[in-house]
Order: sequence, then C-alpha cells, then structure tokens
Amino acid sequence: MTPRILPALALAFGLAAAPLAAPAFAQIGGPVVGTAANPVAPNLSADELELQQALTGGRIAGRVSIPDSRSASLIQPEGRDWRAFHNITLAWVGGVAVLGMLAIVLLFYATKGRIQIEGGRAGRTIQRFNILERAAHWMTAGSFVVLALTGLNLTFGRYLLLPLIGPEGFATLTLWGKYAHNYLSFPFTLGVVVLFLAWVKDNIPNRVDIAWFKAGGGIIGSGHPVSERFNGGQKLVFWITVIGGALVAISGYVLIFPFWATDIAGMQLAHIVHGVISVLMIAAMIGHIYIGTAGMEGAFDAMGTGEVDLNWAKAHHGLWVEKQLDKARETVTPSAARAAGAD
Amino acid sequence: MARMKFLCDSDRCIECNACVTACKNEHEVPWGINRRRVVTINDGKPGERSISMACMHCTDAPCAAVCPTSCFYTTADAIVLHDKDLCIGCGYCFYACPFGAPQYPRVGNFGSRGKMDKCTYCAGGPQADNAAVEYIQYGANRLAEGKLPICAEMCSTKALLAGDGDMIAEIYRERVQKRGYGAGAWGWRTAYKQTLSV
Repeated sequence: MTPRILPALALAFGLAAAPLAAPAFAQIGGPVVGTAANPVAPNLSADELELQQALTGGRIAGRVSIPDSRSASLIQPEGRDWRAFHNITLAWVGGVAVLGMLAIVLLFYATKGRIQIEGGRAGRTIQRFNILERAAHWMTAGSFVVLALTGLNLTFGRYLLLPLIGPEGFATLTLWGKYAHNYLSFPFTLGVVVLFLAWVKDNIPNRVDIAWFKAGGGIIGSGHPVSERFNGGQKLVFWITVIGGALVAISGYVLIFPFWATDIAGMQLAHIVHGVISVLMIAAMIGHIYIGTAGMEGAFDAMGTGEVDLNWAKAHHGLWVEKQLDKARETVTPSAARAAGAD
Repeated sequence: MARMKFLCDSDRCIECNACVTACKNEHEVPWGINRRRVVTINDGKPGERSISMACMHCTDAPCAAVCPTSCFYTTADAIVLHDKDLCIGCGYCFYACPFGAPQYPRVGNFGSRGKMDKCTYCAGGPQADNAAVEYIQYGANRLAEGKLPICAEMCSTKALLAGDGDMIAEIYRERVQKRGYGAGAWGWRTAYKQTLSV
C-alpha cells in the first residue's frame, strides 16, 4: 500500500511546496537525474546559463522547426569577442602597421634619400624579367592595390571617408568596393600562383641571404652584400606574398561563400585571419613599393621594361649577373670565335 | 520615452510558432528570412524549454558597432533599426550578433547577399511612418499606430512580452512570484547587461 501512495504523496507535496521553494523546485518534473545529451544544463536559469556560456565560450543551441540549421543557435557570446577584434584589435594592428610603415618609409626617404646607382648608369641593359613575369607581377600588384584599399575601407572608411562624403556616397562607394574586392580576388590568387611557380626556384633561402641580412641588406649601413637573382629582402617579399597570399585567399573564399564550408565560429575565425594577414601584407607591400620606385634609382626598370641597367644589376645582384654573362658567353662564343682580321 | 524590450517566458512558451507566422504575415517577409524563430533546447528531455527569439534591440548593439557603413540607428524608444539603402550586405552584423538576428535574402552568391533584414520591433525604417516604401523595405510600422509588435500581441499563452522593459519585467516578476518558478529572461544579460531578479 505504502509504495503506491508514495508518488501521489510526493506529487501533492511537490505541488503544494512549489510556490514556496521557488527556483530550487523550479523544474517541471523535478530535478534531472543523469546527464542530458544536450550541452545545455537544464537546471540553470536563463541568466546563469548565459553567464556560463559567456565565460566558457559556448553557444546556447537547440532545435528549430524552420529549415535553417544556423537559426538553431539561440545565443552565441563569441560575437562579443569578434566585435572586440574587429573594432579594437584589427583597428590598432592595421593602423599601427600601415601608418607605421608609411612613417618608416618617409623617414627613410627624408634621411637617406633615393639610393643612386654607384658609378651612374652603364647605358647597357640586361633582361631581368620577361613579359610573362611582368604580366603576372602587375596582375597581382594591380589587384592587390584595389583589394588593399577596399579592404581598409571596410575597417577604417566609416571613420575617415564617411564624414567627408556623407552616408549615401560612402555606402555606394563601399558597395562597389565590395564587388571589386570579391571579383579581383580571382586575378590576385591566379597571380600569386603564377609568381610562385615562376620564381620559387630562385627564392629558396640559403647562406648568401644570411650574409645579406647580417650586412643589413646594404640599406642600413654601407656597401653591397652580394646576392643572387633575388636578395634576402626580395625572398622575404616573395614568401610574404606566397604564404600571406595563400592565407588571405583561403580565408577570403571562406568569407565570399558564407556558411558553405563552416559555421559562425569558422566565419569569425576566417575574418580574423583575413584581417590580420591583410594589414601585415599591406605594410610589407608599402615597403616593397617604396624600394621598387622612389627609394632606388634603376629598380623600377626591372618591372617596367624588364631591362635593368648593367651597373645596377652588378651592384645589387652581382652573382646573378655573373651567371647570366657566363651563360651568354657560352652561347655567343662559338659562332663569334673567329680569328680577328680573317675577313 | 520607453525603453522597449522583448521578454520570452520560456515556462509558458509552447512552441506553437504563432509569433513566427504572425511576423512573416504582418511584414510580408520573403522566403528564407525569419525575423523571429522559436528555439527548443533540451528537446524531448527533462528541462525542455522553448524560447522565441528575434532581434533583442540591444543596449550598445554589436551590429551597429561593427557595421562598416554605420547603417544602424537607435530610436527614442531604444529600438535598433537600420537603413537598407546604406546596407552593403557584408554580413558583419551576423558575425557580431549574439542572437543570430540579421537575415539575408540570398546566401553565398559571391557575397552578394542582398540587404540585411531583421526584426524592426514593428517600427519600420527611416522613411516616413507607414509610407508605401517603408512597408516594402521594412514591413508594417505598428508602433507609429500606437500598437505593440504583432508577435507578442498574437502570443496565445502570453509567453512573449513586448513593451517598456520595466513594465514587462514587473509583469514577469508577478508571474514568477505567483506560480513559484521561472527560468528568467532569455538574452537579457547578453542584450541589456541586466539580470532580472525575482
């Protein structure tokens, strides 16, 4: 008899006690025994659960009847971390990297000026980059400049441009900037792949590069450390482009196709990788653009006409010039090896 | 002015999805967009709860903080609205939003997701109140007519409460005191940095 009435007694007691013992007896059905498969702890109140998830970084998720699995996420506190990254971390890292590099470059130009070719131009030139290399370089470089400006606009435009041109103009500009950013990612990625294939064999780091860096690349200090086709600094730019380019391309395509490959945590991570690597690449490329144009006499010809002055080449890439001349002698000598005055 | 909030009493919500349907009907929300949804946690297990969730119209809203074009604005009633003419559909607000409120008409089309759409608290957009263009872009402006959001008005169990934060908190407190239990206000800690003590 007793076992039968126990549940009834318990129920009656429970109902009577419910209004008195508020949250402790809050759960309909009494306390949960064992662990639920769902990560959400059923005993916690909304407030406690939110605090817990905010501290542990988890999401409160459940089931929805609409056919959109993403909407099953009820509260995701990670959004707050991403917001802090986007508004504070990225703005600072980007601002310091880009403005810092600009300041370094300007300071350098003001103190050292344009680096001249020692002994002036020889007047004779040597081919440094063929048309394919130059085309790939400018495809990558041209799209990179647009990608960089439109990317910076997404982070800094609202503070710098928006007050100048007004909300409507700025929104139109940013919208077209977004389209340009999305579509120019393709020539940029293709360019990085072509440049990698074209130049990787000349960009393997070796002992010559260590000596080059120890001598400050001839930029800091005096004298020209010897180098092959690419010096230590150029190899650095190459690997920044290849590795950085690959990272921004992969993270960028994850962002272009939202939620195809990953969930919201993955999208946030992709944006963080994309943002940080991009601003660091922009800073590196500001240095690269400077030394290739205003910073050094004769350097731009390499990517302009593809023909560089022989004196410039000897000064900056002595080992490479030697090799090229050796090759040229091998091919030229046999046909030209006539005795003088034989005619 | 009032400080408008939503409060879902998950001990009352029966997951009927009438709020979802009413919202879609009132604003003629297109396919694929859900301004409001009902999430059931611990489904089929002890402690099962359903919570109707939409934009919570946060204090210091994360969406507004990260928007590259600053298209968000807050009304005098503390409702977070946005200007679709300025939205570029970048998706940043969705990454920042704790509640998954921002919705996009298209997904994955090279980032051309279209203009973001979300709960307006039945308060329309930046255009003149209840103008035809406002209806097309944002749906009905019930607040301008002195009415509360349709989701809360329609709620059969009165689980979903909309109105001034202090008033709906008081209603909820009275309920909890009377019945003796309450899971609390979902999202209030995250949205309003406020806990509802009973």
